[in-house]
Amino acid sequence: MLLCLPALIPLAVIAAALVAPDREVWSHLSRFVLPEVTWTSLQLMVAVGVISGVLGTTLAWLTAMCEFPGRRFFDWALLLPLAMPAYVLAFVAVGFLDYSGPFQSWVRAWLGSSRWVPPVRSLGGAVLVLSLSLYPYVYLLARSAFLTQGRRALEAAQTLGYAPRQAAWRVGLPMARPWIAAGVALVCMETLADFGAVSVFGVNTFTTAIYRAWFGLFSIRGALQLAAVLMVFVLLAVVLERYSRAAPRFASARDGGRDQRRYPLSRLGATLACGLACGTFVVAFAAPMLQLIAWSVQRAAGDLDMRYLGFVARSLTLAGTAAVLIVSIGVLLAYIQRRAATPIASGAIRMATLGYAIPGTVLAVGILVPVIWFKNLVQAWLRGWLGSDAPALLLQGTLLTVLLAYLARFLAVGFNPVDTGLQRVTRNIDEAAVGMGVSGVALLRRVHLPLLRTSIATAAILVFVDVMKEMPITLIARPFGWDTLAVRVFEMTSEGQWERAALPAAVIVIAGLLPVALLTRRSSHVA
Amino acid sequence: MWLELERISKSFGTCRAVDALSVQLPQGAIACLLGPSGCGKTTVLRCVAGFESVDHGEIRIQQRVLSQPGRSVPPQQRRIGMVFQDYALFPHLTVWDNVAFGLHALPVGMRAERTAQMLEAVGLHEQRRRYPHELSGGQQQRVALARALAPQPELLLLDEPFSSLDVELRQRLSVEVRNLLKGLNTTALLVTHDQEEAFAVADLVGVMREGRLEQWDSPYDLYHRPATRFVADFVGEGVFVRGTVIEANAVQTPIGLIRAAAHRQWPAGSSVDLLLRPDDVIHDDASELRAEICQRAFRGAEFLYTLRMPDGTQLLSLVPSHHDHSLGERIGIRIEPDHMVAFAT
Repeated sequence: MLLCLPALIPLAVIAAALVAPDREVWSHLSRFVLPEVTWTSLQLMVAVGVISGVLGTTLAWLTAMCEFPGRRFFDWALLLPLAMPAYVLAFVAVGFLDYSGPFQSWVRAWLGSSRWVPPVRSLGGAVLVLSLSLYPYVYLLARSAFLTQGRRALEAAQTLGYAPRQAAWRVGLPMARPWIAAGVALVCMETLADFGAVSVFGVNTFTTAIYRAWFGLFSIRGALQLAAVLMVFVLLAVVLERYSRAAPRFASARDGGRDQRRYPLSRLGATLACGLACGTFVVAFAAPMLQLIAWSVQRAAGDLDMRYLGFVARSLTLAGTAAVLIVSIGVLLAYIQRRAATPIASGAIRMATLGYAIPGTVLAVGILVPVIWFKNLVQAWLRGWLGSDAPALLLQGTLLTVLLAYLARFLAVGFNPVDTGLQRVTRNIDEAAVGMGVSGVALLRRVHLPLLRTSIATAAILVFVDVMKEMPITLIARPFGWDTLAVRVFEMTSEGQWERAALPAAVIVIAGLLPVALLTRRSSHVA
Repeated sequence: MWLELERISKSFGTCRAVDALSVQLPQGAIACLLGPSGCGKTTVLRCVAGFESVDHGEIRIQQRVLSQPGRSVPPQQRRIGMVFQDYALFPHLTVWDNVAFGLHALPVGMRAERTAQMLEAVGLHEQRRRYPHELSGGQQQRVALARALAPQPELLLLDEPFSSLDVELRQRLSVEVRNLLKGLNTTALLVTHDQEEAFAVADLVGVMREGRLEQWDSPYDLYHRPATRFVADFVGEGVFVRGTVIEANAVQTPIGLIRAAAHRQWPAGSSVDLLLRPDDVIHDDASELRAEICQRAFRGAEFLYTLRMPDGTQLLSLVPSHHDHSLGERIGIRIEPDHMVAFAT
């Protein structure tokens, strides 16, 4: 129970703000901020959800069920955009396509005017960039649905008089619906949570509004209220996701492996399929990556100094500490769940792992508010005790609060792999080992550890990379001057210095490739 | 003939899954391909359904050619229904919609009528609004059957239709399915590795081995007149006893002279392996021939005893279970096969 507190407290704080709003702040917000922010966030969420849903499902169907040139390559290459945080793709796109960027300069050089180019820093730009960076969630889930549901149902439809294409539409797609819905729900959550990309595009959403309320207006209450309203939206997405998970899943993997024969496409179809996959891959990953590398090389000489090593060191320290802390707690929770699975304990764990759905800005605010309150309380008490000699406590803006916020946000990332790993270690395995006289610590060391090693490593890598990429929590809760790579990217992009943001971004993307490699290895086992 | 497979062959890479297999099936007959796993029986079914092409040979229904090397009518145009091993029900559709799925060509009114009729036939009208995952295994199987039969296919294929059910249900359903198919006069071909299932459902059974058809016969003849040693071994239980043919219906063996009606003329003096089924070895206290019990398996109504003869030959004997003898006991037996089933050594 205690271990779940860091995740539960911010939720409670935010919920309290929702239940008992501060009237004055509320009336200001509801008149000047909320209408615009809500409308923008809603437009963004719906558009990104639809576009990435269609794109992800189409690509998944093509790579899972059809045969076209380059399919094997695109099968995993289409997952690579997962490595590129949306804010990186965002600033590369803006840097490349903006008025002063290379694209419009060429256009002007060739055509004389670039006025017809639509503005990049707009809602439309944000929608495109977020869709391109988030579609892999849908792609991944839909693809595994298509692969595991097997060909039987499609064959059954064929024996009932449907041509393969009709069968795909009438049977294949509806059967994968729960997975696609789950993917779209994840995309919606990520879109609501996104802070970096929308701030690059100058689009006003909840997250940027919270950030501004916190840092610009120093209005803790305002930030809290906004966070609370955002949480309502997030909960909608969470409900959608949980609901689609709860919907009966019917994959029968047993015949999935045998006939991996795919539909041959017509010449035109194959060209279109290849073109779509290729285009997505280039626009969402290859081209921005090349641009990043080009800018990095350009700027490396000037920027690669001790200060830069400092960013890297701080990022690594933070990510490493967080990985160790979060995975340790994840392992503990997984064992608690296994040993004493009381409804209260598992309920608490479920609530605590909900943190992954909560936008970082919300969590940061939700953690900092009680921390500040606690500090004031202790300080007042100390002052009463020791008089004016009392030491000034500084709790907010310490690494401890940052780590607490990470714990709240990424507990699910550290817990889930370990938990699934532990579920594979069945009670029968335990009992077999005990029957052979291996128990207690020896059981953990000789049986559990070897079986869990990969799960723990996976969890640690995932947490590590997520913390590396994390932007809003670090930005809001970090100690003063404690700049990481992600913070550096934010600072450079908010000054419009795209080239100088490239080097730290490239490092983040390269770190991000690690879990994608893990993922493709695992999903190639499925295929 | 309704369905004709003429010397069809199918290879996957270097593996020859089906090898010059020919089968003929009259209208309304239920046939079964029986064989151990990996013998190619499912491939035959998939060739007939049109999911696989044939390398050689021809598949015809009512003289209409469905498959030839290089030419294959696509599955959706064959008018062949199929019940899959895992049923492959559409999980997102109700029972009703599953059964109606194949009736898309019919006008709405007839579609509903036909669906109701099929659900009535398999006794699932009450469950028509349920989803497949809310049904038991047996009910799912019946939905699959109703769905496949609804468009009135010219042929019904069943791929191990009972394998995921428990034994009791399997026996009951196999009888039900047979009655249903016979009632609708449906021509059907199923594959299974379970001989009891094959015998319970089919009029004709083909035993397959490594892509070849070993024997195509009625269940009775498969058991009592196996054409090859493999069939004799695979179908039913029994042991082979080495012996020498004395005359057409008598074989001299180490355990004595055995007489039985012969279907084949063996020249006197040829050395043969004689098949003795457990029901050929009869427990008889009055007999002088004695055997020692070295294993016993209780089967409810009867015991299956493994007996050792004085010379070391082992026999199987099926004995009513009130004859409860203990291991090591010596009992009297008579050896009385109805038919002489022998293979050259």
